[in-house]
Amino acid sequence: MPSLPDAATPDAAALAKQAAAHQSHDPHVADVDLQPALFDWLCRMGDNSLVLGHRLSEWCGHGPALEEDIALANTALDLIGQTQMWLALAGEVEDAGRTADDLAYLRDTSKFRNLKLVELPNDDLAVTLMRGFLFDAFHFELLKELAGSSSPRVAEIAAKALKEVSYHLERSSDLVVRLGDGTTESHERMQAALNRLWPYTGEMFKADGVDEAVAEAGIAPKLSDVLPVWQRTVDDVLSEATLAKPDRKFDAQTGGKQGRHTEHLGFLLAEMQFLQRAYPGASW
Amino acid sequence: MYAQMVKSEGMKSLEEMSPEERAFQERIDANEKIEPKEWMPEGYRKTLIRQIGQHAHSEIVGQLPEGNWVTRAPTLERKAILLAKVQDEAGHGLYLYSAAETLGVTRDELTEKLLSGDMKYSSIFNYPTLTWADMGAVGWLVDGAAIMNQVPLQRTSYGPYSRAMIRICKEESFHQRQGFAIMMKMANGTPEQKEMAQDALNRFWFPALMMFGPSDADSVHSAQSMAWKIKMNTNDELRQKFVDETVPQAEFLGLTVPDKTLAWNEEKGGYDFAEPDWNEFFEVIKGNGPCNEERLSARQKAWSEGAWFREGLTAYADKAASRRAAAQMAAE
Amino acid sequence: MSKKEWPLWEIFIRGQHGLNHRHVGSLHAPDAEMAIRNARDVYTRRKEGVSIWVVPSAQITASSPSEKGPMYDPAESKVYRHPTFYDIPDEVGHM
Repeated sequence: MPSLPDAATPDAAALAKQAAAHQSHDPHVADVDLQPALFDWLCRMGDNSLVLGHRLSEWCGHGPALEEDIALANTALDLIGQTQMWLALAGEVEDAGRTADDLAYLRDTSKFRNLKLVELPNDDLAVTLMRGFLFDAFHFELLKELAGSSSPRVAEIAAKALKEVSYHLERSSDLVVRLGDGTTESHERMQAALNRLWPYTGEMFKADGVDEAVAEAGIAPKLSDVLPVWQRTVDDVLSEATLAKPDRKFDAQTGGKQGRHTEHLGFLLAEMQFLQRAYPGASW
Repeated sequence: MYAQMVKSEGMKSLEEMSPEERAFQERIDANEKIEPKEWMPEGYRKTLIRQIGQHAHSEIVGQLPEGNWVTRAPTLERKAILLAKVQDEAGHGLYLYSAAETLGVTRDELTEKLLSGDMKYSSIFNYPTLTWADMGAVGWLVDGAAIMNQVPLQRTSYGPYSRAMIRICKEESFHQRQGFAIMMKMANGTPEQKEMAQDALNRFWFPALMMFGPSDADSVHSAQSMAWKIKMNTNDELRQKFVDETVPQAEFLGLTVPDKTLAWNEEKGGYDFAEPDWNEFFEVIKGNGPCNEERLSARQKAWSEGAWFREGLTAYADKAASRRAAAQMAAE
Repeated sequence: MSKKEWPLWEIFIRGQHGLNHRHVGSLHAPDAEMAIRNARDVYTRRKEGVSIWVVPSAQITASSPSEKGPMYDPAESKVYRHPTFYDIPDEVGHM
């Protein structure tokens, strides 16, 4: 196992407790000036876990071994749980009466704020696992910073999610190493997956006005600060996995955070939102 | 049931038994558990492998009809519950394969037999899940029927099987309830939802009754399995119990069981009800059900497309072990 | 089936309360490290604060049934090992 950044979960738990105590006094939730950016940013957090969780749930019943089928479902379940927390808070900040379910099931593609990386189809398991690793390495670092957010509500969610995501990263980085350094076929598949996904990774670190506003408010870290840590983790893992970092632009594919998605998201939402769209107002 | 029409060897009377066989039967009669590697009749071992294997296959194939709706679940909470339930089924398959493995067969061998069609899985999973109400019906009726069988099997004579069933029953307690909760929502929902709920009951009622298998009151195989305590009740007993428990639940939901002959029989203290169409059952078992091909090909695809993953991890483990050995040699 | 199957592992888990590790079941994994991780996913649904042992099933040596008598019978005479052997007056309370 490559050495991964320290999870520091005890601190996170302490921070969460502190955060919960001040829950009602989160100054950011009612900050009118910050509201549009904070809402958008919370949708980014929630949509990333929603869309990735959805993709992982597609493996349920189709995994390569029972143990892996179960593990993938655990990760998907974690992400769906995180979605509920992020989107519920987004709804609260928006203050227009929308619930987490309303946001998940009744927005169209252009209103989704997830990274393009997470909406790409699963393809083979190599793509799924490599995508998991590239995202987990970012997600972990981001949540670690968010656990110390100036927003107690954000810190609370992040601390809970961090415990889960540190396990996601432990698992995905280990699988990347093993499969990269496994058979010729597994190596080739992992390398192909990495090459395919690489141009989508830069979007994670490309800050826009929303990212800058929440960083300014001390709610979230600067993405430029997260990048070097991510690079170190990725370099370590890829080298142990005997995989080559692709020699191509890593931020060629962006726009998801602003609602300009790949063609794939529309199909994903058509499936996911089918019942809510076909039977408006029904209770399930 | 999840293990339908499991054939066992013919039955011997106590006088016909060898001393070993008699001692074995006496242990079972005294409710002792039989453990791996202890002496057991070959027929007991073979029947158990077939039964536990079929049960395990049913859990795995059973992931598919519900897995179908994980990506279409109507709320985040329903999505999480359904995913957790289908994941449990994978776990239950795993526990059962492990129990079978203590009898001298490997999981891969059993998997190959499922994929080649040499071993069967429950007929119920060859029916399609067409609407969200089917998630309710499957939990309520299919898991409800399965529980009828699984609860008594916790007392089965084979230790590893019994322990697997105990774990499964504990984890499965929420499955039927979540199905019924979906049915309640649908039955009390919009007219369209109520129609879906009734339609789901209409489609799943008789296939659920078929899960118990045809009457085996006169079957030699069943008598032997019951003597060995790897089958605890006759198919008819379990079916009756299921109907008696389910009909009032349907009434509570305001749904109509699709059986015009259904009537309370005061004398026997249970319902009289129509038999399912056993010709249909045998056709489904033979491979002519609505979804046999889809189910089997989904499992075949998962298995063949997962080969590189399984082999890659094996190769890495071998490499890592030899690296460790080399490092140790160098250190000495 | 000519490919090598992942070996079988026996899984032992100790819960939060410090009781002994208890056998909970088995699973397949390519090596010990992955067996532990799989055990976390399969048998604890990743609850924290538990300790997991994994042992290759092939490494388990079990007492053979024919020795059952001699190996287990002596314990039966040591009734003092069983808590119910002792008569504790009611006023002492639960022990």
